[in-house]
Amino acid sequence: MEFPDDVHYTAEHEWLRLEDDGLVVVGITDYAQDQLGDIVFVQLPDVSDTVLSKDEKLAEIESVKTVSEVYAPISGKVVKVNKDLVDGPEVINEDPYGYGWLVHMEPSDDDPSAGLMSADEYRDLVSEGD
Amino acid sequence: MSDGAARTPLYAAHLDAGARMVEFSGWSMPLQYSSIVKEHNAVRTAGGMFDASHMGEVELRGPAAIDACERLFTSELRKLSVGRAKYGLMCEPSGGVMDDVIVYRVEEQRYMVCLNAGNVEGDLAWINEHAGSFCEVEDRSADTALIALQGPAAATVLGELVEGAADLPRFACREIILEGETALMARTGYTGEDGFELFLPSVRAESVWSVLVAAGGPLGVEPAGLGARDTLRLEAGLPLYGHELALDISPLEAGLGRFVRDDIATAIGGEALAAERERGSKRCLLGLLPDGAIARQGHDVLAGDRVVGRVTSGTHSPSLGRPVAMALVDAESATAGLSVDVRGRIKPADVTALPFYVRQR
Repeated sequence: MEFPDDVHYTAEHEWLRLEDDGLVVVGITDYAQDQLGDIVFVQLPDVSDTVLSKDEKLAEIESVKTVSEVYAPISGKVVKVNKDLVDGPEVINEDPYGYGWLVHMEPSDDDPSAGLMSADEYRDLVSEGD
Repeated sequence: MSDGAARTPLYAAHLDAGARMVEFSGWSMPLQYSSIVKEHNAVRTAGGMFDASHMGEVELRGPAAIDACERLFTSELRKLSVGRAKYGLMCEPSGGVMDDVIVYRVEEQRYMVCLNAGNVEGDLAWINEHAGSFCEVEDRSADTALIALQGPAAATVLGELVEGAADLPRFACREIILEGETALMARTGYTGEDGFELFLPSVRAESVWSVLVAAGGPLGVEPAGLGARDTLRLEAGLPLYGHELALDISPLEAGLGRFVRDDIATAIGGEALAAERERGSKRCLLGLLPDGAIARQGHDVLAGDRVVGRVTSGTHSPSLGRPVAMALVDAESATAGLSVDVRGRIKPADVTALPFYVRQR
């Protein structure tokens, strides 16, 4: 299981990568994709000027066995969505921290990483459940 | 993982193989070893091995065992030859389904009935109540393991281990010696592929499993979990108790009329079923091809904005590469122009004949 150091983690098994241009890339963690199993559908939000509040529904990820909702890990606007996931949702299984990203968000807050977990903290969190 | 869940004799083997375990009908069972889709495809193209030891086995023995079977089960069993098996339903007096079973005629006066894990307790009480006074009823569930070997390579793999296995006809069964113990080999299964089910003493489960892993591995046979078992049976249009079958669903509604014999009035529930057959069923089971979303159990089926039924099972079909579903729908609405309500999103769903997948012979 991978826990890269260059992203921040949430307890809801999402990761956030802060880009140089101030945008935040959001995806689900390796642990999350492993729990879901074979991903077959991804319902993404529309790119919009509407600000999404933290914990509002962002996306829906469906695997063969279950469906899971992804909530916005921060408040902000969705400025870009990963359209490749529409025809190739299995990319999330294969490369959750890379080509399997979900959206780019423009954060409303100055420090979008506040309160998020480091790789070590997140690894501890998911290993507690085992 | 609940600590209270029962373990099959293959529990340790599953953990060794890296299985993700889930609780199913009170049993700790492998959901998947690697990926549901990968295991599914292995069964369709080569083979898969399933632990089905959670299922129940009960034997009915004696001169009147056949009378008991005909009273308890809906199918035509009186003409079943020794060494043959038949699918059937066990119904309440109302005609509602208590369980779906396979009856194996092992000897002249010995029938073995395979039961669903979640129904074993209730089934046994019912069978004892209705058959216990005129034939011998023995629950063999605790000391019987069940390994299913399914897929196009199954006959080659088992043929190397058991003489004549490849020549066993479909729905035939025969007692064999496997790893030094008597086992029942049957050409039955739950995947829509050719294959075998091996009922064997629990104490031999691990060694038979390893022998099959060793023999099947080089041919692409791999362990497969409950996840793949579900997608495989759904593609094959096979019902699952608690989904397509339940106490409030009749076998005729579930499209299983061919397993309800002509003189059904002599079976428990037979009068209700005969009457339903006479007047026609109110509901029927359909295959649906939902567009762009997976409809799952409990989702409403709509004709326009009217609810006309509900989805009983739905998944992503690995073989078709698209969502498929089965649904129980009002008979007069079971035509075209249907849609499904997938968590508030209305998705059109073409009606299609079952099964979704038929193997190439």
